[in-house]
Amino acid sequence: MSTTNTPAAFPATSLEAPRSGRIDPKYLRSKTSSGSFEMAAWVFMRLSGIALVVLIFVHLWVNLMSGGGIAQIDFGFVAGKWANPVWQFWDLVMLWLAMLHGANGMRTIINDYAEKDSTRLWLKTILVLGAAIIVVLGTLVIFTFEPCMLDAAGEQLPRAVCPS
Amino acid sequence: MTRTRGTLYRGREGMWSWVAHRITGVGIFFFLLVHVLDTSLVRVSPEAYDAVIGAYKNPVMILGEIGLVGAIVFHAFNGLRIILVDFWKKGTRYHKQMLWGVLALWLVTMVAFSARHVMLFLEGGH
Repeated sequence: MSTTNTPAAFPATSLEAPRSGRIDPKYLRSKTSSGSFEMAAWVFMRLSGIALVVLIFVHLWVNLMSGGGIAQIDFGFVAGKWANPVWQFWDLVMLWLAMLHGANGMRTIINDYAEKDSTRLWLKTILVLGAAIIVVLGTLVIFTFEPCMLDAAGEQLPRAVCPS
Repeated sequence: MTRTRGTLYRGREGMWSWVAHRITGVGIFFFLLVHVLDTSLVRVSPEAYDAVIGAYKNPVMILGEIGLVGAIVFHAFNGLRIILVDFWKKGTRYHKQMLWGVLALWLVTMVAFSARHVMLFLEGGH
């Protein structure tokens, strides 16, 4: 074992052991500009995922599996649920978490498959705008919902839910 | 020549669960966009909402809803499996067994959901 291998002939012998502290900085995981954001996004996907399993399973159970199921869903059903602030809050949290979770997943997919910088930028711009519009619209709908809708003349609209 | 049986992920349970997680995720995302828009019709008029939500109550859409819930249930159970792979000490060792567990739970859940969803649809008098 007295022969010495030159690094040029046997490059593998010149590799540093893992975590020996002499790693080329470009392979280090920390100190990259997007590191903390990607880490936060990774944690968010797991935490929001657990919350969404509960939020959506209960949503499906209450709307589709209990009572009359799909046949019961109409304006009056929505009015009945949103008369209760718990369901307003439930749907609000579900909307925000689902849109952020879904938009971040779409961002990951865009980053994976869109190779051109300009394509990625366009797709992500559309994604952010679309997600923002849906979240703002949904939030407004939950908080401005009016069960007793009236027409311009002040008459009750058909199927509106008004106190008798 | 050695016949390869896939690497740690490629071509095996790990890769196919990853593919299925992506496809179901994208499908659920686009449904969510539509679902917020259809629900927003409660601010237009009760009749507009009832008319559009009525489109969810025909036989073709009932099958579509079973497909949608199937995607959601797989994404949910497989997502919990991913969390276990990440955080449970033995997660990587048992990731394949956990996938079979996910599929078994998915099957049980979907048989129950489909049966009740179809039953309630038929009772609804359509």
